Amino acid sequence: MSYLIKEKISGWGGYPTEIVNINYPNNIQEIINEIKKGNTIARGNGRAYGDSAQNKDKTINMKNFNKILSFDKNSGILEVEAGVILEDIINTFLPKGWFPYVTPGSKFVTVGGLICADVHGKNHHKEGSFRNYVEWIDIINAHGDILRCSRKENEELFEWTIGGMGLTGIIIRAAIKLRSIETSWIKEKTYIANNLDEILDIFEKTKSSTYSVAWLNANKRKNNKYQSLIMTGEHALINELDHSKRLNPLKLIKRKGIKIPFYFPNWFLNILLVRIFNLIYYFLNKNSRKEKLKYWNNYFYPLDNILEWNKIYGKKGFVQYQCVIPLQKSKIGLEEILDEIQKSKADSYLTTLKRFGKQDGNFSFPMEGYTIAFDFPTNKKVFDLLDKLDKITLKFGGRFYLAKDARMKKNTFKDSDERIKNFIEFRNKNNSFNKFKSSQSLRLEL
Amino acid sequence: MKRKSILIVGSLSDIAKSVANKFAEHNYDLLLTARNLENLKLQANDLKSKYNVNVDYYKLDILNIDDHQKLISNLSVIPDIVLCAVGFMGDQKDSENKQISRSEVIRTNFEGPVHLMSEFANLFEKRESGTIIGISSVAGIRGKKSNYIYGSAKSGLTTFLSGLRNRLYEKNVNVITVLPGTVYTKMTLNLKLPKLISSYPDKIAQDIFNGVKSEKNVVYTLAIWKYIMKIINLIPESIFKKTNL
Ligand SMILES: Cc1cc2nc3c(=O)[nH]c(=O)nc-3n(C[C@H](O)[C@H](O)[C@H](O)COP(=O)(O)OP(=O)(O)OC[C@H]3O[C@@H](n4cnc5c(N)ncnc54)[C@H](O)[C@@H]3O)c2cc1C
Ligand SMILES: NC(=O)c1ccc[n+]([C@@H]2O[C@H](COP(=O)([O-])OP(=O)(O)OC[C@H]3O[C@@H](n4cnc5c(N)ncnc54)[C@H](OP(=O)(O)O)[C@@H]3O)[C@@H](O)[C@H]2O)c1
Repeated sequence: MSYLIKEKISGWGGYPTEIVNINYPNNIQEIINEIKKGNTIARGNGRAYGDSAQNKDKTINMKNFNKILSFDKNSGILEVEAGVILEDIINTFLPKGWFPYVTPGSKFVTVGGLICADVHGKNHHKEGSFRNYVEWIDIINAHGDILRCSRKENEELFEWTIGGMGLTGIIIRAAIKLRSIETSWIKEKTYIANNLDEILDIFEKTKSSTYSVAWLNANKRKNNKYQSLIMTGEHALINELDHSKRLNPLKLIKRKGIKIPFYFPNWFLNILLVRIFNLIYYFLNKNSRKEKLKYWNNYFYPLDNILEWNKIYGKKGFVQYQCVIPLQKSKIGLEEILDEIQKSKADSYLTTLKRFGKQDGNFSFPMEGYTIAFDFPTNKKVFDLLDKLDKITLKFGGRFYLAKDARMKKNTFKDSDERIKNFIEFRNKNNSFNKFKSSQSLRLEL
Repeated sequence: MKRKSILIVGSLSDIAKSVANKFAEHNYDLLLTARNLENLKLQANDLKSKYNVNVDYYKLDILNIDDHQKLISNLSVIPDIVLCAVGFMGDQKDSENKQISRSEVIRTNFEGPVHLMSEFANLFEKRESGTIIGISSVAGIRGKKSNYIYGSAKSGLTTFLSGLRNRLYEKNVNVITVLPGTVYTKMTLNLKLPKLISSYPDKIAQDIFNGVKSEKNVVYTLAIWKYIMKIINLIPESIFKKTNL
């Protein structure tokens, strides 16, 4: 039996927090029964920043669906239940020489969440988004039927589900393809750029690297320019390791993250963390461009070492903002966005920039161009700023990442993407409009 | 060297799931039993792919006492350790009013586990080795109106385990009584637990594992519950009866 209980939940940003009815089903029949009873949304590990994985009437938490089903070491195809956490996949398969093809900046996400947000990694420019590595999905639709969908069967449902933010049904199982790797190390190279031109230039010049990402100092420096570190990466091969690492090339160190025991007071970040970038920047300046080996966990998931780091932002939480600007307009678009932030004097503590490759799929976020993401502590001023950033993004033909959104206005959203009406049409056709709703989909009328 | 093995009875309990992971992580072969065969199969499969250990599984409803012998004869190996996590809190009002509900609580927490663990006690006694772990509860230490049917069944279990420990001491068989405080699991999903002194299944599993390693007799988990219960025990009955704990 599974009950409905009341819980106060939010996305990773801690805003908005809502009291919802939540249900923890233990088997598939229980999910089907819940879907038949009324409207709902699936929740993975709640790592989307905003309100996409919460529904006040009923949120279905998938945490009990966390089993690995099978793995074929010839094809690298892994079958799992949808609530499996990426960390478990890595801990199990990295020592055997496998790694996810696409990973977000946190390993505490579920496969269901990876599919529904159609997550992108640092390799989108080269290897695309998570969708490319999804073989099939088993999903429960609005009628309570379990459908296997893939590129060969129920293709339409497959396409809309990937990137569909849980609004097409509840995924219970999926098969994904893993990448074969020789070592658990990444060869990282760091470049320093002193202004936006240089940043984009380095990205274009390093386009053949598998991974690349930039950290940006969103505060203009003395010379009135935006400085940045661009880090590229490749999976290291065995013969690229030194002798001692070669003894155990697929080493797995399981480390417990440090827990943040309480919410930090709101002033904390202002005083401390803003300085970090400059510090790192200073040290790197001294020995840049040298290639070094980084352990996979530190390379892909630097923030995961501090569990619940979102508490650093204090009780009010923070909002993430991520948009993409099409390639031709990227430079002026980004410049205008950054200048607007400068003008508002808001602090973004973590600003990252990535190069996207070609657009793919019916409703996925990426389009060819540059995507930029900011973290802002929540306050009234910030919401005004974000409205302005929305306008700039729209002006340059960009769009917004729903997995990060907590506050966008519905008209902004509607203007950002002409594919929305097709999605709504599909939802109507499948009866999923009345069955699968999140606070986000209600807010955006999606 | 032969690998060590643990039989986990009620392996789909949230606490037992963590226990299974913990022992597999330390290279124990696993034998699992639960009522729901489908979920049990998934669990076994998952553990097998995550840890390179043998995992066998058997369907068992602990209330079907006749099945206990059958289970034992079907086991691929007589394990080094047996842990029983089976338990059922029930609804206190139902336990007060309906004989059938009351009986289910008493039998699930006491009768079933006692019969099953007694069988293993006899085997281990003959073998002169082994560890028997029963998950009881701090609710069995002092009866209170909010859950005394459950509590008294656990009380019985605790007493059974302590007697068993006494009997098997000379036979090199260790009996561990696990006394969890409040734990966030599906059993307590609809209860409001005191945040500071409640814990998660992973912590309970770690404490149980450590208890096995250090051959503990009684494992309070969280450890602070030992002191909380000491204080609660100091309250005279004349006052205790007026409380709303
Ligand atoms: C530190 C950090 C770094 C991140 N970096 C990146 C990044 O680099 N790139 C990127 O793309 N994203 C990134 N993200 C966002 C994150 O990857 C996505 O939000 C992801 O969807 C979270 O997965 P989750 O399991 O927590 O899903 P939730 O947050 O629980 O849910 C997200 C969405 O998926 C749906 N969903 C989840 N499970 C199911 C299911 N079984 N069936 C149907 N629908 C389901 C929900 O309804 C919701 O719409 C990052 C997040 C964090 C916290
Ligand atoms: N959670 C707490 O706060 C807490 C505190 C003190 C003690 N405990 C004890 O800890 C143990 C584990 O509980 P938990 O918290 O992990 O809750 P749980 O997930 O509800 O575990 C209880 C388990 O007992 C199983 N069970 C019930 N009746 C059974 C039967 N007739 N035959 C076989 N199995 C049966 C259940 O099987 P199904 O999965 O098939 O339902 C379930 O797996 C229990 O003994 C409980 O009393 C818990």
